[in-house]
Amino acid sequence: MTDTPALSLNVPQPACRPGDTPDFSSIDVPAAGSVRRPPVDEQPDAMRDLAFTIIRVLDDEGNAVGDWADSLTDEEVARGLRDMMTLRIFDNRMMTAQRQGKTSFYMQHLGEEAVSCAFQRALSKGDMNFPTYRQAGLLIASDYPLETMMCQVFSNEADPLHGRQLPVMYSSKEHGFFTISGNLATQYIQAVGWSMASAIKGDTKIATSWIGDGSTSESDFHAALVFASTYAAPVVLNVVNNQWAISTFQGLARGGSHTFAARGHGFGIPSLRVDGNDYLAVHAAAKWATERARRNLGPTLIEHVTYRAGGHSTSDDPSAYRPKAESEAWPLGDPIDRIKTYLINKGLWSDDRHKQAEAEITDMVIECQKRAEAIGTLNSGHAPSPRDMFEDVYAEMPAHLVRQRHEVGY
Amino acid sequence: MTQMTMIGAIQNAHDLAMERDENVVVFGEDVGYFGGVFRCTAGLQQKYGASRCFDAPISELGIVGAGVGMAAYGLKPVVEVQFADYMYPAYDQIVSEAARLRYRSGGEFTCPMVVRMPTGGGIWGGQTHSQSPEALFTHVSGLKTVIPSNPQDAKGLLLSAIADPDPVIFLEPKRLYNGPFDGYHDRPVQPWKKHPMGEVDPGYYEIPLGKAAVAREGQDMTIVTYGTMVHVAMAAVEATGINAEVIDLRTLIPLDTETVMTSVQKTGRCIVLHEATLTSGFGAELAAQVQAECFYHLEAPVLRVAGWDTPYPHAQEWAYFPGPDRVGRNMKNLMEA
Repeated sequence: MTDTPALSLNVPQPACRPGDTPDFSSIDVPAAGSVRRPPVDEQPDAMRDLAFTIIRVLDDEGNAVGDWADSLTDEEVARGLRDMMTLRIFDNRMMTAQRQGKTSFYMQHLGEEAVSCAFQRALSKGDMNFPTYRQAGLLIASDYPLETMMCQVFSNEADPLHGRQLPVMYSSKEHGFFTISGNLATQYIQAVGWSMASAIKGDTKIATSWIGDGSTSESDFHAALVFASTYAAPVVLNVVNNQWAISTFQGLARGGSHTFAARGHGFGIPSLRVDGNDYLAVHAAAKWATERARRNLGPTLIEHVTYRAGGHSTSDDPSAYRPKAESEAWPLGDPIDRIKTYLINKGLWSDDRHKQAEAEITDMVIECQKRAEAIGTLNSGHAPSPRDMFEDVYAEMPAHLVRQRHEVGY
Repeated sequence: MTQMTMIGAIQNAHDLAMERDENVVVFGEDVGYFGGVFRCTAGLQQKYGASRCFDAPISELGIVGAGVGMAAYGLKPVVEVQFADYMYPAYDQIVSEAARLRYRSGGEFTCPMVVRMPTGGGIWGGQTHSQSPEALFTHVSGLKTVIPSNPQDAKGLLLSAIADPDPVIFLEPKRLYNGPFDGYHDRPVQPWKKHPMGEVDPGYYEIPLGKAAVAREGQDMTIVTYGTMVHVAMAAVEATGINAEVIDLRTLIPLDTETVMTSVQKTGRCIVLHEATLTSGFGAELAAQVQAECFYHLEAPVLRVAGWDTPYPHAQEWAYFPGPDRVGRNMKNLMEA
């Protein structure tokens, strides 16, 4: 006999489910400008507090305040707005195209546009992103041709990946965008390896890696932190905490940890938590972390606190697992609206100009789409040749693949 | 020619590759300062510095995953997984990542990496230090899989693997690491220092991947095998007096089907022999291909001789390991079939 009570299992649950009133009271949102900006060479132990707060630059009135402000010129901020608008409009068009059966699948960025668009602007040519599937903003902000992205989404003859990859799993060495894997988190340790290689060669390039909150449960995440910490790799490790891994809320991956950023502390890695819906804050954090990497000061972990306003993918219906109005209750707002207000406050933008820009970008995206669709979509037009299916398995096609290719008739 | 064990030959191959190409980097658990638990990387850190040959955290996933990133950057990582049995945590990085980078990126990113692993049993390693997982790699498009059977081949094949533009799984039969093997695994292991394994060319040379060797010419039957089992086959030939041709595949993928089929068409009988478990082993692939290509030349069905379908047992490893007696019995049966 024992007098200890029976054990029970703890299964974390989100604050609310469909039908409930959205509740983000557990997210402590500090005032914009209230978080200090330490020097990049400050000792990790001295800046542990940055993993338990949220770095914010844009206040509720749309003004940039505090130590982390002013990392960008007005022109660059305007460019940032345009990048985010382009991504949102691109997403809209591709979501519709998926519903029209022109592609099998699509994943949109709604609400998360600032994370990838702002980060890319802190990188230099030659740096390499190891992204996951919701960072197309890295491509758009580096001027990758939209038409080529669409050809990949449509898996047509002009798809640079020859119809072999899922839509949205882009690849561009030239634009510093590593080929995306569907297996989660694999790219995290690869980014560390790539940055180690850059250090081994005495190069100046750095790597960044990207992971969602849910995927931080994968072993690859932990292996990446060990390697990055051990070898002081010149890498920026990004965790995009958009609150949801399909239907699984972020508390399941986070477990007993206070924040995802705090995970870095066990490895002695400086860790920031940043407002992922604040273009200026993301850029400032990215600039700080990339400077650390470039100055051989080692890795930085950044948790981007954001919210996935759309579904996980075109195959997902979020109303089945969270309140419909939850995205509107998100306390960090919409990244496009916030930067728009900032620019209007500075007299650099207006509602009319915004509407005009929306129309211009929409026209441009539609033009690209027309050209891409003229080549083909998944189910019509010019498809990649089945011959391509056998290429690139190896540098040189071995005899058994040549035989199989012949059997298909090529 | 110089006398070298397989370990010496592998160490020598690393040395020559690192000397020849400054992009070759070598890392893994214990491989740096100590030179690896099997000493295959001894002296490399002292000669080439810690940034080209270094120890890694005990994370096979991390070692292979970091290697994938380095290869994508443009280095040529040669990574060691301490035992093939430890490869499973890294399997996703090997299968879903290393093997597919070229394919999924339309040729933009490639992975010219070598993953070395000691494989097989015969050293009292129990079920966690004795496995032969080659079929798990040969089933994966995009990988090349190599298993040498002697020091000369080990060196030439490893140099080819390092020069290769694709990821190569390099399986090193640890029973052959330290000295000669006469196929009779139940005899006492001889101290290796007194028995240098074989003649090795001291200079740089490559043995092409995808080219099998005829270890022994014969007329009565063909034994298709690789790695440690080449020696078992040779011992079985000696014990039975059956004039078998022994094919040492050296590379499983790409497979030298021409050498295999030419031999079986000549002899009319075929045994495929490996140490890995029988069911769904690489022998199944070989047997299927031989029957498809050589059906009208065969005097008897293709026989498979392999490890039993059990985990590798510690105390019974000599009963598990296919030895000359088991192979010899099957050879006699095949001649009578």
